[in-house]
Amino acid sequence: MAELTYRDAVARGIAQEMTRDPDVVFLGEDVAKAGGVFKATVGLFEQFGPLRVRDTPISEQAILGAAMGAAMTGLKPIAEIMFSDFFAVCFDYIANEFAKSRYMSNGQLKCPLVVRTGNGAGSRFGAQHSQSVENWCMMIPGLKVVAPSNPRDVIGLLAAAVRDPDPVIFFEHKSLYATKGEVPDGEIVDTLGSAKILRPGKDATILALALMVPRALQAAEKLKSEHGIDCEVVDVRSLVPLDTQTILGSVARTHRLFTVEENPRLCGWGAEIVSIVADEAFYDLDGPPVRITTPHIPLPAADILEDIALPTVDRIAERVKRSLES
Amino acid sequence: MAKVEDRAAAPSASLNDDIGEEMRLRMYRMQVELREAEQRAFDLFLQNLVKGTSHLSLGQEAVATGFAAAMKPGDLSFCTYRGHAHTLARGVAIEKVLGELMQRDNGLMRGKGGSMHLTSVDHGVMGSYAIIGAHLPIACGAAWRAQYKGSKDVAVCFFGDGTTNIGAFHEALNFASVWKLPVIFVCENNLYMEYTPIGDVTAVQHPAADRASAYGLPRIIIDGNDADEVFRAASAAYEKARAGGGPSLIECMTYRYSGHSRADPAKYRPEGELDKWKERDPIKIYRERLKQFGIKESIIADIDADVKRQVDDATEKCKAAPMPPLDILTTDVYADGGWAWRN
Repeated sequence: MAELTYRDAVARGIAQEMTRDPDVVFLGEDVAKAGGVFKATVGLFEQFGPLRVRDTPISEQAILGAAMGAAMTGLKPIAEIMFSDFFAVCFDYIANEFAKSRYMSNGQLKCPLVVRTGNGAGSRFGAQHSQSVENWCMMIPGLKVVAPSNPRDVIGLLAAAVRDPDPVIFFEHKSLYATKGEVPDGEIVDTLGSAKILRPGKDATILALALMVPRALQAAEKLKSEHGIDCEVVDVRSLVPLDTQTILGSVARTHRLFTVEENPRLCGWGAEIVSIVADEAFYDLDGPPVRITTPHIPLPAADILEDIALPTVDRIAERVKRSLES
Repeated sequence: MAKVEDRAAAPSASLNDDIGEEMRLRMYRMQVELREAEQRAFDLFLQNLVKGTSHLSLGQEAVATGFAAAMKPGDLSFCTYRGHAHTLARGVAIEKVLGELMQRDNGLMRGKGGSMHLTSVDHGVMGSYAIIGAHLPIACGAAWRAQYKGSKDVAVCFFGDGTTNIGAFHEALNFASVWKLPVIFVCENNLYMEYTPIGDVTAVQHPAADRASAYGLPRIIIDGNDADEVFRAASAAYEKARAGGGPSLIECMTYRYSGHSRADPAKYRPEGELDKWKERDPIKIYRERLKQFGIKESIIADIDADVKRQVDDATEKCKAAPMPPLDILTTDVYADGGWAWRN
């Protein structure tokens, strides 16, 4: 067991898979010699060499297209798109190409690739370098979508993503890169499509993803200590496949549902989950499900504005308390 | 026609040259097959048996033929929505292609892809891509695999003149050149991007070749209606790629006889342009060359009749084939064969 940052876990996860399988290759902008703009891939170039860890031009379409062509023909590429906001300049590959090629070819083509990307707010970068865009990908048939909240999950879910036969979009949260967590020694391999109950509770279920997970946990502590409200916190971890059973099971026990989403409100991932719960567990609920989200706005750069845009510990706690008391 | 400069070597005057009799007969048959199959696709569309859209390569047969004939088995083709000819040229059965156009269960993808997405991995046809430019970077990735594995396979990417004005073209050309990838970019310049003359929307005269220098590549323009010239240019590019010399960009001057897609009667073309190009019809050119080389007319006539019979047989099989079963609606979304996104 060792304490590792989320950032170092990324490099360790990639190294674990590249060591295991010589067909795993890695490409992206500034990822090789520079070790990545977030320093999340330091040492990989030195360890695995220039044939397997490759710098690319600023050409996001070329990066994802090349990853797809390599995956179709037998490699297991990991491609980095520096900021998830840049998905907008290479979205054809995500939405039209590697998501659909298996279906359109009646199962002839395969695309076992991983797209890693820096997602989320907190760096005061403004509206084009701060978004949470998991829902852009969640809505596309053919993709799998993962967003780890801690170093151990980074390694385990990245390994699962690399070994998965389908294209996986792997959202790393920029504001989690510096956070630390305990990581066991040796190989770590997790399972896609499994949510995790991080804190059991009986009064309400709070679902969260990535940066919102530590905030939900802190809010739960606050609710317990200040108001005696006992919340269950579930780290959703994987949006596709979605671990519906863990979520429905939790709601069946607590009878209340809250989602904490960093994305702007419309069509956020929580909306789909609330819809599933309304369809399948309506009579388990003692009150309306509540979505706690960023408002329907582009993100501002100024710290005091960005801080009030995202769900905060206080806002989560206040909203849960208000709902349970009404 | 547009001026053809920097030509590859002019067709030789002998049957027993570098191409030879056997390959020439093969290329003649292939061009006739592509012509007949595409013409049949058009006829079946008029009978409402080909559904959706279709983009024909009538008039452009020499490009698909020359490049495919010069390929080796491990080489990989990446096509556009105008991909019927390139798919057939790799040896895919006519029935499988027409069946897909007719959206029958005997089609290449059982009707799940349609005319614009013909794919036959067993034949090295790694897909037909309907988003302009998308497959140039994808072909780079396949070439990267070949480079990384040390195989001698080459990725060949076919596209139209209109593609040269989209970003992915430029990203892919630079990327392939910097990484020295074994990929061949083949621009079929048929003078029109959909309905608009390519010259009206492009800053240079030759939309592909005049951009080559920006990516450190030689300017190559060939007569795309002469299968021998295409074969030679293709062979040289494959050889360069296999030797580690990196990518090539080849602009093939050609002309499509039909509109952009089935909805287009191509009324935007100046009067007489089509007739002028038909004088340089690729099959006509090739048939005359075979005759000049002393191939008996009866051999040529036998090939023509044989291909016609094949297309007729394929058509009948497709007409008799069932529609796809409804349960394939949800298969092959994910690698487990199904579409489950939740537990």
